[in-house]
Amino acid sequence: MGSRQHVAMTGNEAVAHAMRQINPDVVAAYPITPQTDIVQFFSQFVADGMVKTEFVTVESEHSAMSATIGAAASGARAMTATSSQGLALMWEMLHIASGYRLPIVMPVVNRTLSGPINIHCDHSDTMGALTTGWIQLYSESAQEAYDNMIQAVRIAEHPDVRLPVMVCQDGFITSHGIESLEVLSDDEVAQFIGEYKPAYSVLDVDNPVTVGPLVLPDYLFEMKFQQAKAMEASRRVILEVGKEYARLTGREYGFLESYKLEDAERVIVVLSSTAGTTRAVVDELRRKGEKVGLLKPRVIRPFPASELRDALSHARAVAILDRAETFSTQGGPLFCEIRAAFYDAPKRPLMRNYIFGLGGRDVGTSQIESVFADLAEDVARGSVKTPVSYLDVRE
Amino acid sequence: MTKLKSAKDIPIGGIIPEPGNSRAYRTGEWRSQRPVWIPEGCVHCLMCWVYCPDNAIEVEDGKVKGIDYNHCKGCGICVRECPRKEKALRLEREA
Repeated sequence: MGSRQHVAMTGNEAVAHAMRQINPDVVAAYPITPQTDIVQFFSQFVADGMVKTEFVTVESEHSAMSATIGAAASGARAMTATSSQGLALMWEMLHIASGYRLPIVMPVVNRTLSGPINIHCDHSDTMGALTTGWIQLYSESAQEAYDNMIQAVRIAEHPDVRLPVMVCQDGFITSHGIESLEVLSDDEVAQFIGEYKPAYSVLDVDNPVTVGPLVLPDYLFEMKFQQAKAMEASRRVILEVGKEYARLTGREYGFLESYKLEDAERVIVVLSSTAGTTRAVVDELRRKGEKVGLLKPRVIRPFPASELRDALSHARAVAILDRAETFSTQGGPLFCEIRAAFYDAPKRPLMRNYIFGLGGRDVGTSQIESVFADLAEDVARGSVKTPVSYLDVRE
Repeated sequence: MTKLKSAKDIPIGGIIPEPGNSRAYRTGEWRSQRPVWIPEGCVHCLMCWVYCPDNAIEVEDGKVKGIDYNHCKGCGICVRECPRKEKALRLEREA
Protein backbone atom coordinates (compact mmCIF):
# COMPACT_ATOMS: atom_id res chain seq x y z
CA MET A 1 0.00 0.00 0.00
CA GLY A 2 1.42 3.24 -1.23
CA SER A 3 0.61 5.66 1.53
CA ARG A 4 0.09 6.06 5.20
CA GLN A 5 -3.51 5.57 6.19
CA HIS A 6 -5.97 5.32 9.01
CA VAL A 7 -7.60 1.93 9.10
CA ALA A 8 -10.00 -0.02 11.30
CA MET A 9 -8.42 -3.31 12.30
CA THR A 10 -8.37 -5.84 15.08
CA GLY A 11 -5.12 -6.30 16.97
CA ASN A 12 -4.52 -9.53 15.09
CA GLU A 13 -5.14 -7.86 11.73
CA ALA A 14 -2.78 -5.05 12.67
CA VAL A 15 -0.03 -7.54 13.51
CA ALA A 16 -0.64 -9.54 10.30
CA HIS A 17 -0.54 -6.23 8.39
CA ALA A 18 2.81 -5.41 10.00
CA MET A 19 4.08 -8.89 9.08
CA ARG A 20 3.03 -8.35 5.46
CA GLN A 21 4.95 -5.08 5.40
CA ILE A 22 7.98 -6.63 7.10
CA ASN A 23 7.76 -9.35 4.44
CA PRO A 24 9.81 -11.97 6.29
CA ASP A 25 11.68 -14.64 4.37
CA VAL A 26 10.11 -17.45 6.36
CA VAL A 27 7.04 -17.82 8.57
CA ALA A 28 6.38 -21.17 10.22
CA ALA A 29 3.27 -21.26 12.33
CA TYR A 30 0.51 -23.28 13.85
CA PRO A 31 -2.93 -21.92 14.70
CA ILE A 32 -4.04 -21.44 18.29
CA THR A 33 -6.81 -19.30 19.72
CA PRO A 34 -6.65 -16.30 20.02
CA GLN A 35 -3.61 -15.96 17.75
CA THR A 36 -5.14 -17.92 14.85
CA ASP A 37 -6.22 -14.80 12.95
CA ILE A 38 -2.64 -13.61 12.59
CA VAL A 39 -1.56 -16.77 10.81
CA GLN A 40 -4.82 -16.94 8.88
CA PHE A 41 -4.53 -13.36 7.58
CA PHE A 42 -0.87 -13.86 6.83
CA SER A 43 -1.40 -17.10 4.92
CA GLN A 44 -3.92 -15.20 2.77
CA PHE A 45 -1.19 -12.65 1.96
CA VAL A 46 1.04 -15.55 0.98
CA ALA A 47 -1.68 -17.14 -1.18
CA ASP A 48 -2.36 -13.79 -2.84
CA GLY A 49 1.31 -13.32 -3.67
CA MET A 50 1.55 -10.15 -1.58
CA VAL A 51 4.69 -11.35 0.23
CA LYS A 52 7.76 -13.27 -0.84
CA THR A 53 7.59 -15.34 2.36
CA GLU A 54 8.12 -19.10 2.42
CA PHE A 55 5.17 -20.14 4.58
CA VAL A 56 5.70 -23.42 6.40
CA THR A 57 2.69 -25.18 7.86
CA VAL A 58 3.86 -27.33 10.74
CA GLU A 59 2.27 -29.91 13.01
CA SER A 60 2.83 -28.18 16.34
CA GLU A 61 4.28 -25.09 17.98
CA HIS A 62 7.39 -27.01 18.93
CA SER A 63 7.90 -27.53 15.21
CA ALA A 64 6.90 -23.94 14.43
CA MET A 65 9.64 -22.58 16.66
CA SER A 66 12.10 -25.25 15.47
CA ALA A 67 11.48 -24.38 11.81
CA THR A 68 11.76 -20.68 12.62
CA ILE A 69 15.06 -21.31 14.37
CA GLY A 70 16.32 -23.32 11.40
CA ALA A 71 15.31 -20.56 9.02
CA ALA A 72 16.88 -17.86 11.19
CA ALA A 73 20.11 -19.87 11.43
CA SER A 74 20.20 -19.96 7.65
CA GLY A 75 20.17 -16.17 7.62
CA ALA A 76 16.48 -15.64 6.95
CA ARG A 77 14.27 -13.05 8.58
CA ALA A 78 11.98 -15.55 10.27
CA MET A 79 8.81 -15.24 12.31
CA THR A 80 6.11 -17.25 13.97
CA ALA A 81 3.18 -16.38 16.25
CA THR A 82 1.49 -18.09 19.16
CA SER A 83 -0.56 -18.02 22.37
CA SER A 84 -0.83 -19.91 25.64
CA GLN A 85 -0.36 -23.69 25.20
CA GLY A 86 1.43 -23.02 21.94
CA LEU A 87 4.02 -20.94 23.76
CA ALA A 88 4.26 -23.62 26.42
CA LEU A 89 4.88 -26.27 23.78
CA MET A 90 7.69 -24.13 22.33
CA TRP A 91 9.40 -23.96 25.68
CA GLU A 92 12.70 -25.71 25.09
CA MET A 93 12.98 -24.08 21.68
CA LEU A 94 12.50 -20.60 23.18
CA HIS A 95 15.76 -21.05 25.07
CA ILE A 96 17.44 -22.35 21.93
CA ALA A 97 16.32 -19.32 19.87
CA SER A 98 17.79 -16.92 22.42
CA GLY A 99 20.83 -19.09 23.16
CA TYR A 100 21.72 -19.24 19.46
CA ARG A 101 21.18 -15.46 19.34
CA LEU A 102 18.61 -15.59 16.56
CA PRO A 103 16.66 -12.34 16.05
CA ILE A 104 13.24 -13.94 15.68
CA VAL A 105 10.19 -11.71 16.15
CA MET A 106 7.13 -13.48 17.53
CA PRO A 107 3.76 -11.92 18.22
CA VAL A 108 2.18 -13.53 21.27
CA VAL A 109 -1.51 -13.05 21.92
CA ASN A 110 -1.78 -13.44 25.67
CA ARG A 111 -4.05 -16.22 26.86
CA THR A 112 -4.15 -18.16 30.09
CA LEU A 113 -2.47 -21.54 30.40
CA SER A 114 -4.52 -24.66 31.06
CA GLY A 115 -5.81 -26.10 33.29
CA PRO A 116 -8.59 -25.92 33.48
CA ILE A 117 -8.75 -25.14 29.81
CA ASN A 118 -9.78 -21.57 29.00
CA ILE A 119 -9.09 -19.55 25.89
CA HIS A 120 -9.27 -16.06 27.37
CA CYS A 121 -6.75 -13.45 28.36
CA ASP A 122 -4.29 -13.39 31.16
CA HIS A 123 -0.51 -13.14 31.12
CA SER A 124 0.41 -16.53 32.56
CA ASP A 125 1.85 -17.63 29.20
CA THR A 126 4.42 -14.89 28.64
CA MET A 127 5.07 -14.29 32.34
CA GLY A 128 6.23 -17.87 32.51
CA ALA A 129 8.64 -17.09 29.68
CA LEU A 130 10.43 -14.28 31.55
CA THR A 131 13.53 -16.43 31.98
CA THR A 132 13.78 -17.67 28.39
CA GLY A 133 16.14 -14.89 27.25
CA TRP A 134 13.58 -13.19 25.00
CA ILE A 135 12.94 -9.47 24.96
CA GLN A 136 9.29 -8.81 25.81
CA LEU A 137 7.25 -5.85 24.58
CA TYR A 138 3.65 -5.41 25.77
CA SER A 139 1.01 -3.57 23.75
CA GLU A 140 -2.06 -1.78 25.05
CA SER A 141 -3.82 -1.42 21.69
CA ALA A 142 -3.80 -2.55 18.08
CA GLN A 143 -1.76 0.57 17.29
CA GLU A 144 0.87 -0.38 19.83
CA ALA A 145 0.93 -4.00 18.69
CA TYR A 146 1.52 -2.78 15.13
CA ASP A 147 4.17 -0.24 16.16
CA ASN A 148 5.92 -2.76 18.42
CA MET A 149 6.11 -5.30 15.60
CA ILE A 150 7.93 -2.88 13.32
CA GLN A 151 10.31 -1.76 16.06
CA ALA A 152 10.89 -5.33 17.26
CA VAL A 153 12.58 -6.21 13.97
CA ARG A 154 15.14 -3.44 14.45
CA ILE A 155 15.70 -4.24 18.12
CA ALA A 156 16.12 -7.98 17.52
CA GLU A 157 18.48 -7.60 14.56
CA HIS A 158 20.73 -4.90 16.02
CA PRO A 159 24.30 -6.28 15.97
CA ASP A 160 24.73 -5.51 19.68
CA VAL A 161 21.53 -7.36 20.55
CA ARG A 162 20.69 -10.29 18.26
CA LEU A 163 18.02 -11.61 20.58
CA PRO A 164 14.50 -12.80 19.86
CA VAL A 165 11.56 -10.54 20.73
CA MET A 166 8.00 -11.33 21.81
CA VAL A 167 5.39 -8.72 20.95
CA CYS A 168 2.49 -9.28 23.33
CA GLN A 169 -1.10 -8.11 23.18
CA ASP A 170 -4.15 -9.12 25.19
CA GLY A 171 -6.11 -12.04 23.81
CA PHE A 172 -9.56 -11.14 22.48
CA ILE A 173 -9.60 -7.76 24.22
CA THR A 174 -7.01 -6.36 21.82
CA SER A 175 -6.60 -9.20 19.34
CA HIS A 176 -10.27 -9.33 18.35
CA GLY A 177 -11.44 -5.79 19.13
CA ILE A 178 -11.58 -3.43 16.17
CA GLU A 179 -9.73 -0.16 16.64
CA SER A 180 -8.73 2.74 14.50
CA LEU A 181 -5.01 2.95 13.92
CA GLU A 182 -2.49 4.55 11.63
CA VAL A 183 -0.42 2.23 9.49
CA LEU A 184 2.71 3.23 7.63
CA SER A 185 3.16 2.77 3.91
CA ASP A 186 4.90 -0.38 2.75
CA ASP A 187 7.91 1.66 1.63
CA GLU A 188 8.21 3.40 4.99
CA VAL A 189 8.26 0.06 6.79
CA ALA A 190 10.75 -1.43 4.34
CA GLN A 191 12.99 1.59 4.78
CA PHE A 192 12.69 1.61 8.57
CA ILE A 193 13.53 -2.06 9.05
CA GLY A 194 16.18 -2.04 6.30
CA GLU A 195 17.84 -5.05 4.78
CA TYR A 196 18.60 -7.86 7.20
CA LYS A 197 22.29 -8.62 7.55
CA PRO A 198 22.57 -11.91 9.43
CA ALA A 199 25.63 -12.57 11.57
CA TYR A 200 26.05 -15.94 9.90
CA SER A 201 24.21 -18.41 7.73
CA VAL A 202 24.40 -22.18 7.65
CA LEU A 203 23.71 -21.92 3.91
CA ASP A 204 26.78 -19.77 3.24
CA VAL A 205 29.14 -22.38 1.81
CA ASP A 206 31.98 -19.87 1.50
CA ASN A 207 31.89 -19.17 5.25
CA PRO A 208 30.76 -22.45 6.77
CA VAL A 209 29.55 -22.46 10.38
CA THR A 210 28.30 -25.10 12.75
CA VAL A 211 25.16 -24.08 14.64
CA GLY A 212 24.10 -25.87 17.77
CA PRO A 213 27.19 -27.86 18.75
CA LEU A 214 27.74 -29.25 22.22
CA VAL A 215 29.18 -26.62 24.54
CA LEU A 216 30.54 -27.97 27.79
CA PRO A 217 31.21 -26.38 31.20
CA ASP A 218 34.35 -24.69 29.81
CA TYR A 219 32.36 -22.30 27.55
CA LEU A 220 28.61 -22.45 28.15
CA PHE A 221 28.78 -20.02 31.07
CA GLU A 222 30.61 -17.47 28.89
CA MET A 223 27.86 -17.78 26.29
CA LYS A 224 25.13 -17.12 28.86
CA PHE A 225 27.19 -14.12 30.01
CA GLN A 226 27.22 -12.87 26.40
CA GLN A 227 23.44 -13.23 26.34
CA ALA A 228 23.08 -11.22 29.55
CA LYS A 229 25.32 -8.52 28.06
CA ALA A 230 23.22 -8.48 24.88
CA MET A 231 20.09 -8.01 26.99
CA GLU A 232 21.85 -5.13 28.74
CA ALA A 233 22.79 -3.62 25.35
CA SER A 234 19.17 -3.91 24.20
CA ARG A 235 18.23 -1.23 26.74
CA ARG A 236 20.04 1.41 24.66
CA VAL A 237 18.83 -0.03 21.36
CA ILE A 238 15.17 -0.11 22.45
CA LEU A 239 15.35 3.62 23.25
CA GLU A 240 17.23 4.48 20.04
CA VAL A 241 14.77 2.59 17.88
CA GLY A 242 11.87 4.19 19.80
CA LYS A 243 13.24 7.67 19.08
CA GLU A 244 13.79 6.93 15.42
CA TYR A 245 10.26 5.54 15.18
CA ALA A 246 8.96 8.72 16.80
CA ARG A 247 10.66 10.81 14.11
CA LEU A 248 8.83 8.76 11.49
CA THR A 249 5.41 8.48 13.12
CA GLY A 250 5.17 10.97 15.97
CA ARG A 251 4.57 8.07 18.36
CA GLU A 252 7.47 7.60 20.78
CA TYR A 253 8.05 4.39 22.69
CA GLY A 254 10.36 3.86 25.66
CA PHE A 255 10.34 1.43 28.56
CA LEU A 256 7.35 2.96 30.32
CA GLU A 257 4.41 5.15 29.53
CA SER A 258 3.17 7.39 32.29
CA TYR A 259 -0.17 9.12 32.53
CA LYS A 260 -0.77 12.02 34.94
CA LEU A 261 2.02 10.62 37.02
CA GLU A 262 4.08 13.72 37.82
CA ASP A 263 2.13 14.84 40.87
CA ALA A 264 0.28 11.57 41.48
CA GLU A 265 0.14 10.34 45.06
CA ARG A 266 -1.57 7.06 44.22
CA VAL A 267 -0.44 5.10 41.19
CA ILE A 268 -1.53 1.93 39.42
CA VAL A 269 1.07 -0.03 37.46
CA VAL A 270 -0.44 -2.33 34.87
CA LEU A 271 0.42 -3.82 31.48
CA SER A 272 -1.43 -3.89 28.19
CA SER A 273 -5.16 -3.31 27.67
CA THR A 274 -6.05 -2.75 31.35
CA ALA A 275 -3.94 0.41 31.17
CA GLY A 276 -6.67 1.86 28.94
CA THR A 277 -9.34 1.15 31.55
CA THR A 278 -7.09 2.62 34.23
CA ARG A 279 -6.50 5.77 32.18
CA ALA A 280 -10.26 6.37 32.02
CA VAL A 281 -10.52 5.99 35.81
CA VAL A 282 -7.57 8.34 36.34
CA ASP A 283 -9.36 10.97 34.24
CA GLU A 284 -12.56 10.54 36.20
CA LEU A 285 -10.88 10.74 39.61
CA ARG A 286 -8.72 13.68 38.51
CA ARG A 287 -11.93 15.55 37.68
CA LYS A 288 -12.87 15.03 41.32
CA GLY A 289 -9.49 16.44 42.34
CA GLU A 290 -7.84 13.17 43.32
CA LYS A 291 -4.11 12.91 42.65
CA VAL A 292 -3.98 9.57 40.89
CA GLY A 293 -1.87 8.32 38.00
CA LEU A 294 -0.95 5.39 35.79
CA LEU A 295 2.31 3.76 34.85
CA LYS A 296 2.26 1.26 32.01
CA PRO A 297 5.45 -0.73 31.40
CA ARG A 298 6.00 -1.54 27.75
CA VAL A 299 9.21 -3.50 28.20
CA ILE A 300 9.72 -6.00 31.01
CA ARG A 301 12.63 -7.91 29.47
CA PRO A 302 15.03 -6.24 29.90
CA PHE A 303 13.52 -5.10 33.17
CA PRO A 304 13.48 -1.29 33.46
CA ALA A 305 14.34 -1.17 37.17
CA SER A 306 15.96 2.27 37.34
CA GLU A 307 13.26 3.82 35.14
CA LEU A 308 10.58 2.37 37.41
CA ARG A 309 12.37 3.79 40.47
CA ASP A 310 12.56 7.23 38.86
CA ALA A 311 8.93 7.11 37.81
CA LEU A 312 7.44 5.88 41.07
CA SER A 313 9.60 7.08 43.96
CA HIS A 314 7.60 10.28 44.45
CA ALA A 315 4.30 8.41 44.89
CA ARG A 316 2.84 7.68 48.30
CA ALA A 317 1.18 4.39 47.40
CA VAL A 318 1.50 2.13 44.37
CA ALA A 319 -0.68 -0.79 43.33
CA ILE A 320 0.91 -3.26 40.93
CA LEU A 321 -1.63 -5.26 38.97
CA ASP A 322 -0.54 -8.69 37.81
CA ARG A 323 -2.55 -10.69 35.31
CA ALA A 324 -0.67 -13.84 36.33
CA GLU A 325 0.04 -15.85 39.45
CA THR A 326 3.44 -17.06 40.57
CA PHE A 327 1.99 -19.28 43.31
CA SER A 328 4.90 -18.17 45.46
CA THR A 329 2.26 -16.74 47.85
CA GLN A 330 4.29 -13.52 47.63
CA GLY A 331 2.46 -11.90 44.73
CA GLY A 332 2.57 -11.74 40.97
CA PRO A 333 5.68 -11.54 38.79
CA LEU A 334 5.59 -7.77 38.17
CA PHE A 335 5.03 -7.03 41.85
CA CYS A 336 7.97 -9.16 42.96
CA GLU A 337 10.34 -7.55 40.48
CA ILE A 338 9.18 -3.97 40.98
CA ARG A 339 9.33 -4.32 44.74
CA ALA A 340 12.83 -5.79 44.45
CA ALA A 341 13.83 -2.80 42.28
CA PHE A 342 13.00 -0.53 45.22
CA TYR A 343 15.09 -2.42 47.79
CA ASP A 344 18.02 -0.01 47.41
CA ALA A 345 15.93 3.08 46.73
CA PRO A 346 16.19 5.85 49.33
CA LYS A 347 12.48 6.60 48.94
CA ARG A 348 10.03 3.75 48.76
CA PRO A 349 6.30 4.24 48.26
CA LEU A 350 3.84 1.86 49.89
CA MET A 351 3.32 -1.03 47.50
CA ARG A 352 0.63 -3.61 47.18
CA ASN A 353 -0.27 -6.23 44.65
CA TYR A 354 -3.47 -7.35 42.97
CA ILE A 355 -3.78 -10.53 40.98
CA PHE A 356 -6.53 -9.77 38.47
CA GLY A 357 -8.31 -10.86 35.34
CA LEU A 358 -7.24 -14.50 35.34
CA GLY A 359 -8.84 -16.59 32.61
CA GLY A 360 -10.30 -13.49 31.00
CA ARG A 361 -12.21 -12.18 34.03
CA ASP A 362 -13.34 -8.74 32.93
CA VAL A 363 -11.81 -5.74 34.63
CA GLY A 364 -13.96 -2.66 34.44
CA THR A 365 -13.66 0.85 35.78
CA SER A 366 -15.37 -0.06 39.08
CA GLN A 367 -12.61 -2.58 39.92
CA ILE A 368 -9.91 -0.04 39.11
CA GLU A 369 -11.73 2.57 41.23
CA SER A 370 -11.74 0.10 44.14
CA VAL A 371 -7.96 -0.26 43.82
CA PHE A 372 -7.48 3.52 44.02
CA ALA A 373 -9.84 3.56 47.04
CA ASP A 374 -7.78 0.83 48.75
CA LEU A 375 -4.64 2.88 48.09
CA ALA A 376 -6.29 5.90 49.73
CA GLU A 377 -6.87 3.81 52.86
CA ASP A 378 -3.23 2.68 52.82
CA VAL A 379 -2.07 6.29 52.52
CA ALA A 380 -4.32 7.34 55.43
CA ARG A 381 -3.07 4.42 57.53
CA GLY A 382 0.56 4.90 56.46
CA SER A 383 0.96 1.20 55.83
CA VAL A 384 -0.20 -1.61 53.58
CA LYS A 385 -2.65 -3.92 55.28
CA THR A 386 -2.90 -6.57 52.57
CA PRO A 387 0.24 -6.85 50.39
CA VAL A 388 -1.31 -9.34 47.96
CA SER A 389 -4.99 -9.51 47.13
CA TYR A 390 -7.19 -10.90 44.39
CA LEU A 391 -9.24 -8.34 42.51
CA ASP A 392 -12.86 -9.29 42.07
CA VAL A 393 -12.55 -12.93 42.99
CA ARG A 394 -15.33 -14.62 44.98
CA GLU A 395 -13.30 -15.71 48.00
CA MET B 1 44.83 -27.62 29.71
CA THR B 2 44.06 -25.55 26.62
CA LYS B 3 44.03 -21.83 27.38
CA LEU B 4 40.38 -20.74 27.65
CA LYS B 5 39.11 -17.60 25.96
CA SER B 6 36.94 -14.93 27.57
CA ALA B 7 33.33 -14.13 26.64
CA LYS B 8 34.56 -11.20 24.52
CA ASP B 9 36.76 -13.43 22.38
CA ILE B 10 34.34 -16.18 21.39
CA PRO B 11 31.64 -16.15 18.72
CA ILE B 12 28.07 -15.52 19.86
CA GLY B 13 25.40 -18.17 20.08
CA GLY B 14 27.79 -21.09 20.47
CA ILE B 15 28.48 -21.29 16.75
CA ILE B 16 31.69 -22.77 15.36
CA PRO B 17 32.91 -20.44 12.61
CA GLU B 18 35.76 -22.58 11.28
CA PRO B 19 35.30 -25.99 9.72
CA GLY B 20 37.30 -29.00 10.86
CA ASN B 21 38.40 -27.42 14.12
CA SER B 22 37.50 -30.44 16.22
CA ARG B 23 41.22 -31.30 15.89
CA ALA B 24 41.89 -28.35 18.15
CA TYR B 25 39.53 -29.69 20.80
CA ARG B 26 41.57 -31.94 23.03
CA THR B 27 39.01 -34.52 24.03
CA GLY B 28 41.90 -36.57 25.40
CA GLU B 29 41.57 -34.41 28.52
CA TRP B 30 38.43 -36.38 29.39
CA ARG B 31 40.38 -39.69 29.65
CA SER B 32 40.44 -41.65 32.91
CA GLN B 33 42.38 -44.61 31.49
CA ARG B 34 44.88 -44.81 28.62
CA PRO B 35 45.85 -47.49 26.12
CA VAL B 36 49.60 -48.05 25.99
CA TRP B 37 51.00 -49.40 22.73
CA ILE B 38 53.81 -51.95 22.90
CA PRO B 39 55.56 -51.87 19.49
CA GLU B 40 57.49 -55.12 20.04
CA GLY B 41 54.28 -57.15 20.43
CA CYS B 42 52.27 -55.45 17.66
CA VAL B 43 51.57 -57.38 14.43
CA HIS B 44 50.06 -54.28 12.69
CA CYS B 45 46.76 -55.97 11.93
CA LEU B 46 45.18 -52.49 12.41
CA MET B 47 42.11 -53.85 14.23
CA CYS B 48 42.64 -51.04 16.78
CA TRP B 49 42.61 -48.47 13.96
CA VAL B 50 39.42 -49.99 12.53
CA TYR B 51 37.58 -49.92 15.84
CA CYS B 52 38.81 -46.63 17.33
CA PRO B 53 35.79 -44.28 17.35
CA ASP B 54 38.02 -41.20 17.66
CA ASN B 55 40.55 -41.93 14.93
CA ALA B 56 43.22 -41.78 17.59
CA ILE B 57 45.41 -44.66 16.36
CA GLU B 58 48.21 -43.10 14.36
CA VAL B 59 49.06 -45.13 11.25
CA GLU B 60 51.74 -44.54 8.63
CA ASP B 61 52.40 -46.71 5.58
CA GLY B 62 50.03 -49.38 6.87
CA LYS B 63 51.72 -49.62 10.26
CA VAL B 64 50.73 -48.42 13.70
CA LYS B 65 52.93 -45.50 14.77
CA GLY B 66 51.39 -44.63 18.11
CA ILE B 67 48.35 -43.18 19.85
CA ASP B 68 47.07 -39.61 19.60
CA TYR B 69 46.58 -38.90 23.29
CA ASN B 70 45.17 -35.45 22.52
CA HIS B 71 42.05 -37.14 21.16
CA CYS B 72 41.97 -40.65 22.64
CA LYS B 73 39.17 -40.66 25.22
CA GLY B 74 40.38 -43.92 26.75
CA CYS B 75 37.35 -46.03 25.89
CA GLY B 76 39.56 -49.11 25.66
CA ILE B 77 37.95 -50.66 22.59
CA CYS B 78 41.40 -50.96 20.93
CA VAL B 79 42.62 -53.03 23.84
CA ARG B 80 39.52 -55.21 23.76
CA GLU B 81 39.74 -55.86 20.04
CA CYS B 82 43.53 -56.37 19.87
CA PRO B 83 44.13 -60.05 18.96
CA ARG B 84 47.55 -59.91 20.65
CA LYS B 85 45.85 -58.70 23.84
CA GLU B 86 48.29 -57.58 26.52
CA LYS B 87 51.27 -58.11 24.23
CA ALA B 88 50.49 -55.15 21.98
CA LEU B 89 48.05 -52.88 23.83
CA ARG B 90 47.57 -52.45 27.56
CA LEU B 91 45.03 -50.32 29.41
CA GLU B 92 46.45 -48.26 32.28
CA ARG B 93 44.74 -45.99 34.74
CA GLU B 94 45.52 -42.30 34.17
CA ALA B 95 47.71 -40.87 36.89
